Amino acid sequence: MSATESQALPTRQRVVIIGAGIVGNSIAYHLSQLGETEITLIDKGPLPNPGGSTGHASNFIFPVDHSKEMTSLTLESMRQYHDLGVYIECGGIEVARTEERMQELARRVVSARTWGIEPVSLLTPAQIKEMVPFINEELLLGGFSTPAAGVVDSLRAATIMRERAMQAGLTVSANTEVLGLEVQHGAVRGVRTSRGDIAADRVVIACGCWSPRIAAMAGARIPLTPAVHQMIDIGPVPRFADTKGLVEYPIVRDVDLNMYERQDGTSLEIGSYAHRPMMLDPDEIPSLEESALSPTELPFTQADFEDQMESALELMPEIVGDESVGVKYAINGLLSVTHDGLPLIGETPEVHGLWSAAAIWIKEGPGAGKTVAELMVNGEAEIVVFESNIARAYPHQKTRAHVRARAAEGFNKMYGIVHPAEQWESDRRVKLSPYYERQQELGAVFYEAAGWERPQWYESNARLLDEFGDRVTRRESEWEARWWSPIINAEHLAMRERAAFTDLTAFAIFDVTGPGALDVVQRVAMRQMDVPVGRVVYTPVLLPAGGFKADLTIMRLADDVFRIVTGGAWGMSDLKWFADRLPADGSAQIHDQTNAWTTLGLWGPRARDILSSVTSDDVSHEGFSFARCKQIEVGPLTTIASRISYVGDLGWELYVPIEQGARLWDIITEAGLPYDAVAMGAGVYGTTGRLEKGYRAYGAELEGEYDVVEAGMAWGKVKDQDFVGKAAHVAQREAQPAASACTLTVEDHTSKSGVKRYMLGGEPILTRDGEAIVDAKGRRSFVTSAGAGPSVGKHLLMAYLPPEHARVGEELLVQYMGEQYPVTVASADSSSVFDPDNSRVRS
Amino acid sequence: MNVLVCVKRVPLTGGKITLTDDERAIQTRHLGFTVSPHEECGAEEAIRLVDAHGGSSTVLTLGPPEAEEQLRDMMAIGIDRAIHLITDGSEWDPQATAAAIVGAVQAQDEPFDLILFGTESADAGNYQVAIRVATALGLPVVNGIKSIEVVPDGLRCEQEVAAGRDVYLLPTPAVITVKEGINLPRYPSVPGRMRAKRKPVDASQPGPTPARLEMVRLVLPAGSSKQAEILGRGAEAALPVVAMLREIGVLA
Repeated sequence: MSATESQALPTRQRVVIIGAGIVGNSIAYHLSQLGETEITLIDKGPLPNPGGSTGHASNFIFPVDHSKEMTSLTLESMRQYHDLGVYIECGGIEVARTEERMQELARRVVSARTWGIEPVSLLTPAQIKEMVPFINEELLLGGFSTPAAGVVDSLRAATIMRERAMQAGLTVSANTEVLGLEVQHGAVRGVRTSRGDIAADRVVIACGCWSPRIAAMAGARIPLTPAVHQMIDIGPVPRFADTKGLVEYPIVRDVDLNMYERQDGTSLEIGSYAHRPMMLDPDEIPSLEESALSPTELPFTQADFEDQMESALELMPEIVGDESVGVKYAINGLLSVTHDGLPLIGETPEVHGLWSAAAIWIKEGPGAGKTVAELMVNGEAEIVVFESNIARAYPHQKTRAHVRARAAEGFNKMYGIVHPAEQWESDRRVKLSPYYERQQELGAVFYEAAGWERPQWYESNARLLDEFGDRVTRRESEWEARWWSPIINAEHLAMRERAAFTDLTAFAIFDVTGPGALDVVQRVAMRQMDVPVGRVVYTPVLLPAGGFKADLTIMRLADDVFRIVTGGAWGMSDLKWFADRLPADGSAQIHDQTNAWTTLGLWGPRARDILSSVTSDDVSHEGFSFARCKQIEVGPLTTIASRISYVGDLGWELYVPIEQGARLWDIITEAGLPYDAVAMGAGVYGTTGRLEKGYRAYGAELEGEYDVVEAGMAWGKVKDQDFVGKAAHVAQREAQPAASACTLTVEDHTSKSGVKRYMLGGEPILTRDGEAIVDAKGRRSFVTSAGAGPSVGKHLLMAYLPPEHARVGEELLVQYMGEQYPVTVASADSSSVFDPDNSRVRS
Repeated sequence: MNVLVCVKRVPLTGGKITLTDDERAIQTRHLGFTVSPHEECGAEEAIRLVDAHGGSSTVLTLGPPEAEEQLRDMMAIGIDRAIHLITDGSEWDPQATAAAIVGAVQAQDEPFDLILFGTESADAGNYQVAIRVATALGLPVVNGIKSIEVVPDGLRCEQEVAAGRDVYLLPTPAVITVKEGINLPRYPSVPGRMRAKRKPVDASQPGPTPARLEMVRLVLPAGSSKQAEILGRGAEAALPVVAMLREIGVLA
């Protein structure tokens, strides 16, 4: 076994991991499990507690989250903690003080069911009292019980993993400060430390709230901010004097007040996310020597905790109100918060070989460690992280100001009731499309898309509500009516009847150019890319194991120019995916054009009439057929028009240099007047239009755990050329899919209380007997997308169903907010409920 | 019995202390604040004496507005009220501090039977203020006390000395400086914390008083690097650990 300090540091390693908290140790362990050797783990602090957030974390885990990815990481972490023997399954209860919270708890039951975390249950105040006898149940309306919740010993887990890795040859060096990172030609080459230099081509930053500072040494960005989480420990509690185990009572999350209370030995720990956001710069964190406790246990600021003390006293008067019970420990603990509340996992886009494993909390530490190790060794991981991929961040999302603004806004929402469509309020208006002022005049309601302000619908289109009358359904329940408008459905109908145009500026656009360009796109894209100039190819991009990395369109603009257009949300991740596959000889380059071009979509049966009225170029079906792109003049503008559609109607995407966008908008607006064409928001483009057509979306139907065959997109033959994921894809084509993406219609919306309810996505699909549906790969069926289908007069859901249920006409149930509603499978493949012959797009 | 205990707000430092750029103060940007352990024991002793014999307890500090935090801390464990002599945060020498405290004591309607101090402040460590206050008020004073008992004709105090304990009997009113170990101070309870918010603080700004000592600058002692010696690993470490515990006097 290697000693920690006496031993000389190796001069060359295959991997250096910086940071010996739960994450760094987990990565070290999993790398050695995967057969990696010559690994050194260093930390500035001593072991086993180097002074980071692992050392003071409250260490409890509630597995139920609305996000599939976070739930997967948490469940895998729980499995590992169990295996390491450091998991105490004490259960946890989220208590509700308001009716709105009761609905949220019902939603959590649904999420638990969706991700297979069972049993869970809703509790009455009396049942809570039985489990937590010292609680004042009179304050509560009910609770959500997760028996699998528990408390871990994260330091012990880290130690065991480190020791196991040391047996496999890991070198560990504590009290070793990183002084610099060596970077050459955009790739990391080594680490300079206070105990000597180590050459290494792969370096992992697992430094928690110090990560930005270490990354900066290499010119990379790990955009997180250290933020204070207040925590006190009171005791000894007389009632806990006889507790046999370390933790016997369930953890209580007083979610309405952003607080938690949990028994720990003879103490009660009280924590809060309710106080004002308090953020530091990583450079401001005191050193180990300067700290009274540890660098991440800052002095407690009593004034910020006054209200929380009163709340805790009110909830647990017997214990908190006991004069003999003292506040023994109180800290302003530091944790890491990001712009969107998710971890930062993966190779940094700035520096090859430099990996980030940051903003990872105790509950996902071991799972994230395993995932990072797998990504480093295999290029993909069992748990596909796309929401947490560090490459997702756009430049503005990496700035200090933005991270701080969003972290502050997100902090108090930690236990909040966050609507799936809820928009951020802080630091908006960073990216304005050239149409912005026009859209404002039309009463646009702006949502944020990849940092852009993008209209979701236009209040000026309220006039359409009268026109379409009963064909536009209203939503009776406040929850579903929130962040939504019936105008979306009216805009949809206007598009289907005449025409509508929509702002697509948020697209990420990049050009792959050069003599080697074809090889690059051919290797990344699943579909044949050696097509004539002027073709538009919609193609899946696969992970090595055949799951979805992306779906996007590629225009061949010239022999050696391919323009890739992908959704804004994952644009930067996709950019890195292509950039990583450029040839070393420089024969192909990639250029990010996202901010150079703007896109306006024009669709509907009158789209051709409108476009032909402003161009002298041939836009007839014969002269400009589907899946083609070409330059056309629109007034004084030279546009690239691409005849494709994500809404299922005739039309084009029109690309112009961004400074000419406003003129394009004006031209199309004016040309649309005779046809009563309307501006339409992303509510149609992203939801209603595509759902009626059964078009899948990345991050919903299309994701790493499902393949092209299951998605129903394995049309055509497999190209001869090699591409990432080909072998797996060929095998998947030959096998029976374990599940197929289906479109379902909701047959009855009426709840027991007589209110019509509309699913929003994430709900489990059940058999008519109310049983969960699980496919042969153990994946549960749940609603991947949900939304109105105004032209078909139905609420539409998409879900993967195993073969026995993936049949048109199959009758099933969807669970929503504690009730079940009948649904019918309307399409069991890529065919659509609206215009199944695709006559419109090809008209 | 009316008891006054005097405390001083000081930074709660870690192993390494850094100074401000002008080297006239400790860098406290990320430090918490506290009082010296002796003073904490003084407050605990005041509470116990009042609990046992009636009367009221008062805490006094001379310090910046932020020192109210220490007053509330003391009231959270049971002190009844506070006197805050507000300064601009600059360091007052023992003579000026004592003069301000004497002024405040004399301004009270009800005299104190006992004025407690810690033996010394945690930062300056001048060991002077209590003696200067006692002298100015014409009161008896004993130092370094580790036991106080109320007896019929005053207070019986024990002072730890090399060979054992010296015992003093003194009449009240009196001034006593206490040493850590006289008692085990309690932790504040949550109700105590909440009550402390509402307890009265009599705040005033002391007038100019003579000061003769001026702190020019602070100098950090030459760094003594921490040495960690690993006594052993696993079971084999047990015997060396026991030997070490004996050596440092934890085990007899």
